[in-house]
Amino acid sequence: MALERDKLAAERSLLTLGEGELLELYRRMSLIRRFEDKAAEMYTRGKITGFCHLYAGEEAVAVGAIYGLYNKDYVVSTYREHGHCLAKGTPARAVMAELFGKATGVSRGRGGSMHLFDAGVRFMGGYAIVGGGLPLAVGLGLSIVYKEEPEVVCCFFGDGALPQGAFHESLNLASLWKLPVIFICENNFYGMGTLVQNAICQEELYRFAEPYKMPGVRVDGMDVLEVYGAVVEAVARAREGDGPSLIEAVTYRFRGHSMADPAEYRSKREERIWQARDPIVRFRHRLVTERRIAEAALDKIDAAITAEIDDAVKFADESPEPSLDEVAKGVYVTEPGAA
Amino acid sequence: MAQITYREALNQALREELDRDELVFIMGEEVGYFGGAFKVTDGLLAPYGEKRLRDTPISELTIVGAGIGAAMGGLRPIVELMTINFGLLAMDQIVNNAAKIHYMFGGQAKVPMVIRAPQGGGHQLGAQHSQSFEAYFLHCPGLRVVVPATPADAKGLLKTSVRDDNPVIFLEHESLYGVKGEVPDGEYLIPFGQANVLREGKDVTIVAYSKCVYRSLEAAEALENEGIDAEVIDLRTLAPLDLATVVKSVKKTGKAIVAYEGWRTGGAGAEVAAQIYEAAFDHLDAPIARVASLDVPMPYNRHLEAAALPASGDIVKAAEQMV
Repeated sequence: MALERDKLAAERSLLTLGEGELLELYRRMSLIRRFEDKAAEMYTRGKITGFCHLYAGEEAVAVGAIYGLYNKDYVVSTYREHGHCLAKGTPARAVMAELFGKATGVSRGRGGSMHLFDAGVRFMGGYAIVGGGLPLAVGLGLSIVYKEEPEVVCCFFGDGALPQGAFHESLNLASLWKLPVIFICENNFYGMGTLVQNAICQEELYRFAEPYKMPGVRVDGMDVLEVYGAVVEAVARAREGDGPSLIEAVTYRFRGHSMADPAEYRSKREERIWQARDPIVRFRHRLVTERRIAEAALDKIDAAITAEIDDAVKFADESPEPSLDEVAKGVYVTEPGAA
Repeated sequence: MAQITYREALNQALREELDRDELVFIMGEEVGYFGGAFKVTDGLLAPYGEKRLRDTPISELTIVGAGIGAAMGGLRPIVELMTINFGLLAMDQIVNNAAKIHYMFGGQAKVPMVIRAPQGGGHQLGAQHSQSFEAYFLHCPGLRVVVPATPADAKGLLKTSVRDDNPVIFLEHESLYGVKGEVPDGEYLIPFGQANVLREGKDVTIVAYSKCVYRSLEAAEALENEGIDAEVIDLRTLAPLDLATVVKSVKKTGKAIVAYEGWRTGGAGAEVAAQIYEAAFDHLDAPIARVASLDVPMPYNRHLEAAALPASGDIVKAAEQMV
């Protein structure tokens, strides 16, 4: 466990990252929070339907990790993936429109909240079967090695994926073949409503790295710089051809499993303790107190985000529904290269 | 044109596709050093190396999932499942990912992957090693399902499968590997969705695929001695399905038998029969007969196994009852 080391790395990042970079980290986290709060509102208003799993509280993980990647690196995610998709660079408009089921959505209204995909930014999909994305990340890693490309794959999954066979098979194969995959477990303590210690014999999840002979670290998933530091290290290793890593980011979702879940299995006290560790509030505080960044600069970012999300909602609301003529189209790729 | 086995035809197709496209590679259990559990990839490791003949551990779910990911990353994987029975472990990746990725993500991604797998009974391998699962895959939109019977079709359809941009489930029958036939040398492609009328006849249409094609041809010969003139159609691919060729034949004969080795209930032949009813009900002089495996887990004993599998005699009986 490299917690102390990562704390130090995070301290260093706060000093070594430029002000613009720190503000960008803040902006991405705030964007996701604002987006998710708005998505919740739109869900209660019936604009968004189906399942909707929100990421509020966990923003530091997606933002810290993805900030450690290049644009051409791949990201694979789960059904709680709005944050990863936004952090990778998909416009809020396209994500919100997808949640609204509109033709302008990033998956053309066919995917919904759980199945975002944006080839342009190499966001390789939200997958709604727990653990289902991990083998795909292994395959993407294999394609990189095969073509001798410099990219890496960053694969997000929850603590709920660890008891799945796909997790163990994927770590084994990625390590066996030394593939450039960074496995990031977002441990928010609950697989739906089941506590991690009621689901997994080894609740220190990063320890699963050891039998698969890869580095494993546990980081504070409420600290964007700590996540960033750990991912930068794992990415460097992967790019050097030294294989995969497992990062356990300890975090907390501020809302229930989905919009349909009031999270009655958690105590209000527990929720309050974690809300006091809000990754955005804490980061903002540090920027102001430790880097002397002006509150006004942060307020300006927040105002721009509010406008951006309002615009995204308006765009989604006004966008057309997908044409019914299209329902049976695109099941198969008809022409070579048509995808 | 050479006389080669179904196994050699597959091997030839693989060699030609590996030569043609650097992005094509093979992975699966025992495909490299062992040469394939059924020796289909025999002799490929030496010329193509470990990069393109990738032995995997026994992890069907992740072998297939990694194939999907590799395909999304721009490669053209040919994933061998040692037998389709083990493919059930990969069913989540096949159904939830491979089949859906193109549609679900609005056309932004494609999965040009072939999953090759032997299947079928007849070798006393018992309940867990004798199954035919084409119906499971046929049921799922987004998959191509290819079921070749002859060596030439094995080659031509495998080459087409490798070049197709969709996930293809390519099902070989375990007892056909040694069957010999004329196979064109070099470039030879058979388009999907083109059934083959192997024998023309006017009294009854026998629709089959994979090993049941041979059972049907045997039955047609026996029927000929009884003065019944049977037409035999090899579907070759189930998805897409060449219904037009089948319907044309049924309109001529007025009678149809569907022969398949999967379980009778919910089998691929049941779907074919339903489609014939929808398209040619008025032309039928008798109910369509299904000749298939009994709805039992395959027993080990030789006589019990033979009783559970469809036989040419069953097709003959079905025809006799109709005509």
